[in-house]
Amino acid sequence: MDTIINAEINSTMLLDDSMPILQVENVSAYYGAFRAVKDVNMNIPAKAVTAIIGPSGCGKSTLLRCFNRMHEVAHAARVEGKIMFDGNNIYSIGTDPVRIRCHIGMVFQKPNPFPTMSVLDNVVAGRRLSSLWTKRSEMEELAEKCLRQAALWDEVKDKLKQSGASLSGGQQQRLCIARALAVQPEIILMDEPCSALDPIATIKIEDLMRTLTEEYTIVVVTHNMQQAGRVSDMTAFMLMSDDRAGELIEYGTTQQVFTNPRDKRTEDYITGRFG
Amino acid sequence: MAGRALLPRKIINYFMLGVCALGAGIAIIVVCLMLGYILAKGLSFISLDFIISESVPAGYEGGGMRNEIIGTLILVVLGSLIAVPLGMLTGIFLSEFGSPKVAATVRFAADVLAGVPSIVVGVFAYIVIVSQYGYSAFSAGAALSIIMIPVVARTTEESMRLVPGSLREAALALGITRWRSVIFVAIPGALTGIVSGIMLGVARIAGETAPLLFTALGNNFSFEGLARPISALPLQIYNYALSSDKNWQEQAWAGAFLLVMIVLLISLAVRWMSRKGRA
Repeated sequence: MDTIINAEINSTMLLDDSMPILQVENVSAYYGAFRAVKDVNMNIPAKAVTAIIGPSGCGKSTLLRCFNRMHEVAHAARVEGKIMFDGNNIYSIGTDPVRIRCHIGMVFQKPNPFPTMSVLDNVVAGRRLSSLWTKRSEMEELAEKCLRQAALWDEVKDKLKQSGASLSGGQQQRLCIARALAVQPEIILMDEPCSALDPIATIKIEDLMRTLTEEYTIVVVTHNMQQAGRVSDMTAFMLMSDDRAGELIEYGTTQQVFTNPRDKRTEDYITGRFG
Repeated sequence: MAGRALLPRKIINYFMLGVCALGAGIAIIVVCLMLGYILAKGLSFISLDFIISESVPAGYEGGGMRNEIIGTLILVVLGSLIAVPLGMLTGIFLSEFGSPKVAATVRFAADVLAGVPSIVVGVFAYIVIVSQYGYSAFSAGAALSIIMIPVVARTTEESMRLVPGSLREAALALGITRWRSVIFVAIPGALTGIVSGIMLGVARIAGETAPLLFTALGNNFSFEGLARPISALPLQIYNYALSSDKNWQEQAWAGAFLLVMIVLLISLAVRWMSRKGRA
């Protein structure tokens, strides 16, 4: 009982006082001339789950992809504004996006394990493919640690040599989370990680997200409001404005956004009046 | 009203179906006739002796195409040594790195190159290489590689495009550099297709004759080095088939049989591989 109360106190203190791990300042994201995300400002607290919710096409995935410079991978895509991470703007000139992505990992909507690699090779892919040489025993240890963290070890410990594509959808997604953990990032971005999964697999991922906040910061995009309510500490609500650019309408603790939204549009969305 | 409109429509339907079936039938009949003819004729003249002994002058009995078989193997290896790296790199560039505009230009160039008649490739190699250094195995290999490069480039590009973009994103999101993700994620995913393309290219150049006329020239003796003229199966088939010597004509049939078998086997292997790759 004590520990639960302590945890709650800790988490609220964290949300109020501690330095945010990501400071998003006036971020706009473009595809060519089209502005998909407009002037977003938000501070993302460390070691907590921040959910970004909103109807389809409101730019929440695009915003998420700005956080580890994955947005610019698309053709003619660019980002304006500042995102401060560890005291540095990740968009400053001379910052290598590859280094940013080592610190800020990502899990995608559709599980995407490398089909040509075994389960074990999938987990350590990030490490192995960015170094010239890796020690086999070290990689095996790392894989076990990350698979345990991703609550997948018991299910795959006898299948480590099998193809990553041979696992079930939910297992594949946890494999992808383990793969992201193996790079030892500080932040993990999740882009609708459960939308391709069944309810039981979804619950497992949600539980996992909660446990991972002991060590990691999680930002999750979801169009499932119940999920945001269940897992997140902070909630951001986005909506497409009249010029079809996504705007951040409201951002606060999940409790406040869900029980006492400041903006009428947030209230409408949360109570299911649209979207 | 509806009944009246239906009858002519059905007739047209059956007519078009018949035309399509006829077209398909003709294609199959032509292949079967050609294969059957070559099989029937060639099989009766082929023997172990044909494969292991050297050619004999006109008027003599026996002899074989050992030198030509070895020559074709050497030329195919030479052509592949040049074309596989260049073609693969071109395909990788087209699918992974080229901006849409540049890639479209390069792709168009590759398609034009694939469409250039092989005799023109032979003339080109003659002017550029043979006129300076003389007839040689190397010039023939270079000429064949020009034919093979676009085949390898386009199949590499197409099979790499089939590797889902989500896998490339997954690699990038793990902090893996672009070129490493290409080497360790995209290429392994496309490997079956790339190897199929290389084999198709090999099948294509193994049977090419026209470029060899201007470059390899032919040679009645065993392999003398890359800087000397070299004999090749299609070349010898061409020479023998045109001659009036009966033994030579029979040997040309046997050679044609062998060549068709090689190409057929490679095509079957490619089919088998790509089916296995999909499964």
